Amino acid sequence: MKLRVGDAVLAAAVTALMAVLPGVYSNELLLFNFVMFLTLSQGLNILYGFTGYLPFGYVGFFGAGAYGFAIAVMNYGAGPLPAMVVAAAAALILALVLMPLLRLSGAYFAIASLAAAQAVYQVISNPALEEITKGPYGVSLTGVFAPRLSYYVAVAIMAGTFALVVWLRNSRFGLALQAIREDTVSAGMAGVSVVRFRTVAWLLSALVAGLVGGVFAWHISVFYPDTAFDVGISIFATVFTLFGGATTLTGPLLGVAILYGVYNAIGITVPQYFQLIYGTLIVGLVMFLPNGLVSLLTRRGIRVP
Amino acid sequence: MSHSGTNLLRVEQVVKRFGGFRALDGVSFHLDPGEVLGLVGPNGSGKTTCINVISGLYPPDGGGVTFEGQPIGGMPMHMLARRGINRTFQSPKPFLSLTVQENVEIAATYGHAADRAPPDLRALLASLQLDGLAGRAAGDLNSAQQKTLDLARALATAPRLLLVDELAAGLNPAELVRMSERLRALAADGMALLVVEHLMGFIDRVTDRVIVMNAGKEIFEGTLATATRDPEVIRVFLGGAHG
Repeated sequence: MKLRVGDAVLAAAVTALMAVLPGVYSNELLLFNFVMFLTLSQGLNILYGFTGYLPFGYVGFFGAGAYGFAIAVMNYGAGPLPAMVVAAAAALILALVLMPLLRLSGAYFAIASLAAAQAVYQVISNPALEEITKGPYGVSLTGVFAPRLSYYVAVAIMAGTFALVVWLRNSRFGLALQAIREDTVSAGMAGVSVVRFRTVAWLLSALVAGLVGGVFAWHISVFYPDTAFDVGISIFATVFTLFGGATTLTGPLLGVAILYGVYNAIGITVPQYFQLIYGTLIVGLVMFLPNGLVSLLTRRGIRVP
Repeated sequence: MSHSGTNLLRVEQVVKRFGGFRALDGVSFHLDPGEVLGLVGPNGSGKTTCINVISGLYPPDGGGVTFEGQPIGGMPMHMLARRGINRTFQSPKPFLSLTVQENVEIAATYGHAADRAPPDLRALLASLQLDGLAGRAAGDLNSAQQKTLDLARALATAPRLLLVDELAAGLNPAELVRMSERLRALAADGMALLVVEHLMGFIDRVTDRVIVMNAGKEIFEGTLATATRDPEVIRVFLGGAHG
């Protein structure tokens, strides 16, 4: 593995920034949301950027993590850290169950993954399961509420996800995943076990979303199925990744910084202008920079972390 | 090189159907180390399907394929690559957004047969005049260079059997000569080659014997010189005018 220094420096710098910001900026929920999307967009990057599978239903793993955490705390009296393990396991189990989706590709995969996430949402929010999931009435985990600690756990998960992306960008395994993205037949002929490798990417990507979902449940402690399975989360993670440029570490970071920044700056105060500006940015990007902002540099041969 | 029925590759009565169409209808042949076998025939005669079955892209619907005495029919491509079978594609399929170097590196890392050392990639790229392009994205290469890269990627796995699917199409005369010399050199080193090609001059320079196919069946096996005098081959190629 030949580590490109830029990758590691960028990952460390963003992690350090998010770790110190709560000391100087008081809106911790906003910072948490940034950490959440910085992590989710990199988690989606693992699957989409490296293997080419775009999961519109990515939120399904997030929701599974959130409810895995909640059920462990509510029904089994688990502490937050064991509940995080349950969150990760819930997302991984869902990913294993949904593995047949990987037989599809392109738009079919994207839509099928969205349908799968909706199906999980329907099960979780079913009033008949109120005993277990609290159904549509939402969960309250105030007993484990610890905003500061959960924030730092979220930052740690973000750092781990960055490390994963840096490893993929600098390892032969990551190169093999990109070969799958480029051409599955050629990848097979180059000796890459396409099914096994993309399963690993799928599980890693689901694991990231599950952990983020778990720490989200811990951090906000009161939420509903509509919140944990909000398709908007998938859309944000997807748009941020595509806007900045997939397969890089920088791209999704830029996407979150710019688009989520704009969203928070004007999305709530002047929603009418926000939608206009957001729409213009995205349409402009798709038309002129389909490979994301970083392609401004990469197509000139400049290597971007 | 053939010894008591254990050829390097044996294709026996292989059938491949697509719906009601029999693309391969009981094809049999064998290939030994250091031998170059040409597969010729009109479009749709089953040449590429034959390569696709041997390389694991399609499982055969009947018959058997053995490599070094082991049945390999229906085995996944990555396993075949590691056993020492590799191929090029009629339309080159390099990893477009990756560099030339990365293209061959992936194959050398994951595809080389466990019992053989991966080749020196720098020397491999140099021998195919790709060394100057090592850092370039494969998508920036012209189609002849992409075909050569396809070959380089296959060779990076150090195969014992190389399936070459219309590698010569689109090459200029000088490149054709270089490519045929290159393939002969591989055979001289002990590699077995199965070459599908429409350019008869190229087939003539490269192969030891040819199989002529028509409608999924083998209609002739022997040297190209004999094939051109065979009435059935003439009928198939010239539509019966001389039959």
